[in-house]
Amino acid sequence: MALPEARIDATEARLAGVSLPKGAAWAAKAREAALARVRAMGLPTRRDEYWKFTRPDDLLLPEAPAAALFDPNEKPVFSEIDRVKLVFRDGVFDPAASDDPVEAGLEIARLAEVTEMDVHWASGLYGVLEAEGHDPVPRPFAALNTATATDGVAIRATAKARRPVSLVYLHENETSDVAMHFLVKVEAGAEVTVLENGPAAARFNKVMEVDVADGGTFHHIRTQGRDHERRAVTHIFARLGEGSIFKSFTMTANGILTRNEAVVTFTGDNAVAHIAGAALGDGDFHHDDTVFVTHDAVACESRQVFKKVLRNGAVGTFQGKILVRQGAQKTDGYQISQALLLDEDAQFLAKPELEIYADDVACSHGSTSGAIDETALFYLRSRGLPRAEAQDLLVLAFLAEAIEEIDDEAIAADILSRLEGWLSRHRKG
Amino acid sequence: MLEIKNLHVKLEEEDKDILKGVDLTVEAGKVHAIMGPNGSGKSTLSYVLSGRDGYEVTEGSATLEGADVLEMEPEERAAAGLFLAFQYPVEIPGVGNMTFLRTALNAQRKARGEEEVSAADFLKLVREKAKALKIDADMLKRPVNVGFSGGEKKRNEILQMAMLEPKMCILDETDSGLDVDAMKLVAEGVNALRAEGRAFLVITHYQRLLDHIAPDVVHIMADGRIVKTGGPDLALEVENNGYGDILAEVV
Ligand SMILES: Nc1ncnc2c1ncn2[C@@H]1O[C@H](COP(=O)(O)OP(=O)(O)O)[C@@H](O)[C@H]1O
Ligand SMILES: [Mg+2]
Repeated sequence: MALPEARIDATEARLAGVSLPKGAAWAAKAREAALARVRAMGLPTRRDEYWKFTRPDDLLLPEAPAAALFDPNEKPVFSEIDRVKLVFRDGVFDPAASDDPVEAGLEIARLAEVTEMDVHWASGLYGVLEAEGHDPVPRPFAALNTATATDGVAIRATAKARRPVSLVYLHENETSDVAMHFLVKVEAGAEVTVLENGPAAARFNKVMEVDVADGGTFHHIRTQGRDHERRAVTHIFARLGEGSIFKSFTMTANGILTRNEAVVTFTGDNAVAHIAGAALGDGDFHHDDTVFVTHDAVACESRQVFKKVLRNGAVGTFQGKILVRQGAQKTDGYQISQALLLDEDAQFLAKPELEIYADDVACSHGSTSGAIDETALFYLRSRGLPRAEAQDLLVLAFLAEAIEEIDDEAIAADILSRLEGWLSRHRKG
Repeated sequence: MLEIKNLHVKLEEEDKDILKGVDLTVEAGKVHAIMGPNGSGKSTLSYVLSGRDGYEVTEGSATLEGADVLEMEPEERAAAGLFLAFQYPVEIPGVGNMTFLRTALNAQRKARGEEEVSAADFLKLVREKAKALKIDADMLKRPVNVGFSGGEKKRNEILQMAMLEPKMCILDETDSGLDVDAMKLVAEGVNALRAEGRAFLVITHYQRLLDHIAPDVVHIMADGRIVKTGGPDLALEVENNGYGDILAEVV
């Protein structure tokens, strides 16, 4: 079906300045195919059902709107963790600032290099999960990423890696427009953790394709921080083999436009996927979590836990779907999306969905938004807690179910202290 | 210690007077009991004293050691030494009981310009007090009042009181929903706290709690007023004859 002219125009306007990076034949082919996908789908407009809660306008501009640089003047998250640190400045890998990318059980290579060589596992993954991820809903910004991303990392886990790979983003140019692409291939029985933090760019388009083979484990913990003026659209595509484990947690504080999509498909039986997020927003904050989990295997467990704390005009949105294909019996699907509205100006928009074609499944979903429990607040104050402290305690209690999705205790404690810091900086008055 | 004069209170939302001129003075070191039929305004009095929203004081005053409590925020009243053991303790999912106790204790100390209690000292203190109330480690770890039985909730209130060591303790029907053993534990907890510098206002519907916590003074509350005040005998009179005679006599 031909696209409406307005959409073609908008798409071509965005693509006007775009050129495909050079690389090996396979990479060039993958990028051209991705660009063709973008043209075939067209970039989203405000009218798209899948974008009805979030305006894509800033993502469609030919150039990135400027975003002020932000120096938090505090120790970044994950600093205390023994890790393999890889630093990107406005989307460009900085080897001098990074650790030696060497870790037993891991092969780590810069995307810019991988796409110039014939690395079999990388060429078999690049753009592949992304391309499969447009059915039934197109995700054209992900295809745009595959077409244009110049840098990123390809990680292959062949055993249980001790240290996590820690992607550290630095934003140094006020108008940087960055697309980064990451590949993670977890071989059978292997295990890797990927951490992400830091402001990446004024406009940031990121795709991570994660292929977890049978019995493999992938952990992902990410913070999206205080660079409030960024515009970010991120996708994580995951394909999960038999008995594999996938866990992804995101903490987002601030940001006028952040859309995080997770597209997870179970292809092997008895696998587990947990996707969680805790978001805190004030003022012109707009945060969008869009999740699509497909059960196409037997006895898999999926959990989606998304909590948002919103105040003073902040908007949080959630679109989450559990699709249980025919034959995906014994599926255990859980989804909760909740917002705590700290005042009457904040807004939460949610579209939870279940679509089930198997008869022996247990799926539940719930979505709520509400204010602070005044009775609980009074109870705490009657014991001597000042109002602000009592409220923070209740906010953290609200977020607890999402934080519990972080397995590593030290990281959980670190994240918790960031949440506390945000709350104390964003008190009324 | 606590001096309430001609206190009139109505609901903020509607024009309905609930307290219609309460006069009550509780001296330091004493235990006063308030008895009265359901709906007479006992809980309202305790809520107004501790600063809950939704009520409007239209007349009268309440002071704690001379300070106007009605002007204070709830947390300021707590720091000044006022404590209410709730008739219906509130469940707070996600907040651990220990965290809650320690945060509360330190918040009060901070407000009074005292040093915070160290984690180790706190742990020692809470274990000791919890043991006396037969509150086990598991209850301390669980979220505040979540999944607690009625009796456990009430014992948890007394634990908070024991930890916070308030000057003016108000107990709102702490005996309701307790079996005899639990009531004894609660009464022991209260009695252990009796001291010269501390006063109690024990609100109860029944006499039985007063068998274990001997009051110095008993008040009868009806229709938003204290209608009769007497010694411990007054509680026995209520136990034997109900409120009927007393109320008839007042009217
Ligand atoms: N928040 C409220 N909304 C409506 N009515 C109330 C409220 N609080 C108290 N009341 C009314 O005030 C009266 C006194 O209630 P309460 O103080 O709970 O009495 P007691 O504790 O003596 O049983 C009752 O008639 C009760 O219905
Ligand atoms: Mg009552």
